[in-house]
Amino acid sequence: MSGADNVVWLGTPAFPEAARTALADPQLRANLRRATGTIRDRRLAVAAELEDWEELRERAATIKHHTLRHLDHHLLRLEKAVTAAGGVVHWAADAAEANRIVTRLVEATGESEVVKVKSMATQEIGLNEALADAGIRAYETDLAELIVQLGGDRPSHILVPAIHRNRFEIREIFQREMGEWGAPAPEGLTAEPRDLAEAARLHLRERFLRAKVAVSGANFATADTGTVVVVESEGNGRMCLTLPETLITVMGIEKVLPSFADLDVFLQLLPRSSTGERMNPYTSLWTGVTEGDGPRNFHLVLLDNGRTATLADEVGRQALACIRCSACLNVCPVYERTGGHAYGSVYPGPIGAVLTPQLVGVEHAASLPFASTLCGACYDACPVKINIPEVLVHLRAEAVEAERRDRLFPTPEALVMKALGAVLGSPRRLAAVQRLAAGASRLVARDGRIGALPGPFARWSATRDTPAPARESLRAWWRRTRTPTSEDIRTKAEGK
Amino acid sequence: MTMNGRETVLDAIRGALSGVPGSESPDATPLSHGRRVDHAGPDVVGMFADRAAEYRATVVRVPPADVAEAVGRALARTGARSLVVPPGFPEGLVPEGPWSRLADVPPLSIGQLDEADAVITTVATAIAVTGTVTLDHGPGQGRRVLTLLPDQHICVVRADQIAPDVPEALRLLDPYRPLTLVSGPSATSDIELDRVEGVHGPRTLDIVVVVDA
Ligand code: SF4
Repeated sequence: MSGADNVVWLGTPAFPEAARTALADPQLRANLRRATGTIRDRRLAVAAELEDWEELRERAATIKHHTLRHLDHHLLRLEKAVTAAGGVVHWAADAAEANRIVTRLVEATGESEVVKVKSMATQEIGLNEALADAGIRAYETDLAELIVQLGGDRPSHILVPAIHRNRFEIREIFQREMGEWGAPAPEGLTAEPRDLAEAARLHLRERFLRAKVAVSGANFATADTGTVVVVESEGNGRMCLTLPETLITVMGIEKVLPSFADLDVFLQLLPRSSTGERMNPYTSLWTGVTEGDGPRNFHLVLLDNGRTATLADEVGRQALACIRCSACLNVCPVYERTGGHAYGSVYPGPIGAVLTPQLVGVEHAASLPFASTLCGACYDACPVKINIPEVLVHLRAEAVEAERRDRLFPTPEALVMKALGAVLGSPRRLAAVQRLAAGASRLVARDGRIGALPGPFARWSATRDTPAPARESLRAWWRRTRTPTSEDIRTKAEGK
Repeated sequence: MTMNGRETVLDAIRGALSGVPGSESPDATPLSHGRRVDHAGPDVVGMFADRAAEYRATVVRVPPADVAEAVGRALARTGARSLVVPPGFPEGLVPEGPWSRLADVPPLSIGQLDEADAVITTVATAIAVTGTVTLDHGPGQGRRVLTLLPDQHICVVRADQIAPDVPEALRLLDPYRPLTLVSGPSATSDIELDRVEGVHGPRTLDIVVVVDA
């Protein structure tokens, strides 16, 4: 798949090297540990309030999977409903086409600036850069996106792109950059989150009030009514969705839901999984255009950009059910230590490790499926029950296969990886095999290394020594040492 | 354009889904018929008030005769000097006081709304479990911008408008109207994933729940 602009940041090192750099940055690790620890505890508390949480997850997964199996049907229904309500629907096969459509729509308004609501889809296609090339300036309005934009930085988390920055760094960025972009930071700005939020309010106010064009993403769109949903906290979304004359929404084709009634499950699951709130402060729903209220022109751009290639893979397809809550990032032991930049993609963390290689083709992000311990925490946390470990293992086999094709020498690694797939796909089977392997392999290992192996493994083991499996698997170690609260972990890490 | 984006995307989807049997119905989503659990309990009004307050809305419960007075107290607390009253808002609920009154007829400009201190509205429905008020921007609520730019939003919620949970509330809403679900004042979790209130939307949310005397 080509045309993916920002899914993979070209020129960034593969995960292992990038992770090594990140791990050496104590500030980054402290920022991440603090932030993900806070959110993990809150998510667990609000999920536990709903005793049918598991049923809700099951229903959400069922709706998503069934919708994906009939995606063309539901998209056509959506198109019809949006059009009937006065909106205009556009289809974009790849990033370049989506960027062309949006650029043309903005140019038609005669405006040279747009305000933006946080949107993964427009990040993915590199819309801001494409607009800049056409002389159009895009202003991010979500607080974390603003921090990233002002800091000339890259996003590192799908919900809170500036999670790698702490309050002091944010103050520094505001003081240094706000004046360059518009209203400068207030005199004597402190690093109190309340003051930083106030500074963002002041900085963006004028911009909202004079904006004529807004670009947004979408969390959901319902095919029966043509309703589009944006879930947010700050009110910057409401500003962008309400004040401008023209609204352009860029939405991945996988976001469609069959009916308005389906929103009930997702509006219960998403806020709890994402910010750990029972409900986020603001959810906006609109259907086409409304006379005398809000934008007079509404455009919905439906984006493929690698999604249909993902859809074609019956195992990998489930990654398209993702509602971008970010729970899998917040619980991931690898993400917590490396941060998002190491993944080299706008989609970091466990979901990135399965989505990015599929969107761009596994050969272009071959290290990502390996950026995981397969501990399964992401699967447990995922509100739509995406079996991320299963997809990871499936993609590992593909990455190995792709490498084999590349190098044109036969290796049984692909086979081994496929066989592992069956084992690793099931946490219980995995645990059993790991216990077995830890015992058995010690019989063939010398000095803690496994040398030459018999049979089909001979050629594989000829080129590498495999460390003997530890007495205890990382999974088991994680489960044993990973106590329920982040506080315990901190206490442990600091030597009590 | 020859082969347009629409046909390209639809063809690609159909190609990707060639394994799905043609006999499978696209509409009948096979839902798991799990139990529907009541998350609200018997005291729906009490739960709504508690949950809304947890997200830093200021909630009071008053009998019908005292609504205007409660609204007046909320305005006095913030020292509001101007109040937007949307078309269709019940006249009897608007308090007298030292604030100027702005009607949205003819429509107020963005500048006027930006300078207004407060707005008062009714709601379409409310949700107990999440402490949410829902606006459909009909009579008594006004167009969306009215509840966005003034820094204080006061809403009057009748006890019988409070739905126990999200599914019940959604069933009461008209999807063809613009809808806004509001749960507490504007907030952000973007700094160290900790929640602070008060960003772009109204920084003060007052909810007056009208209960039978
Ligand atoms: S994969 Fe699941 S947990 Fe991760 S962001 Fe998507 S929906 Fe959330």
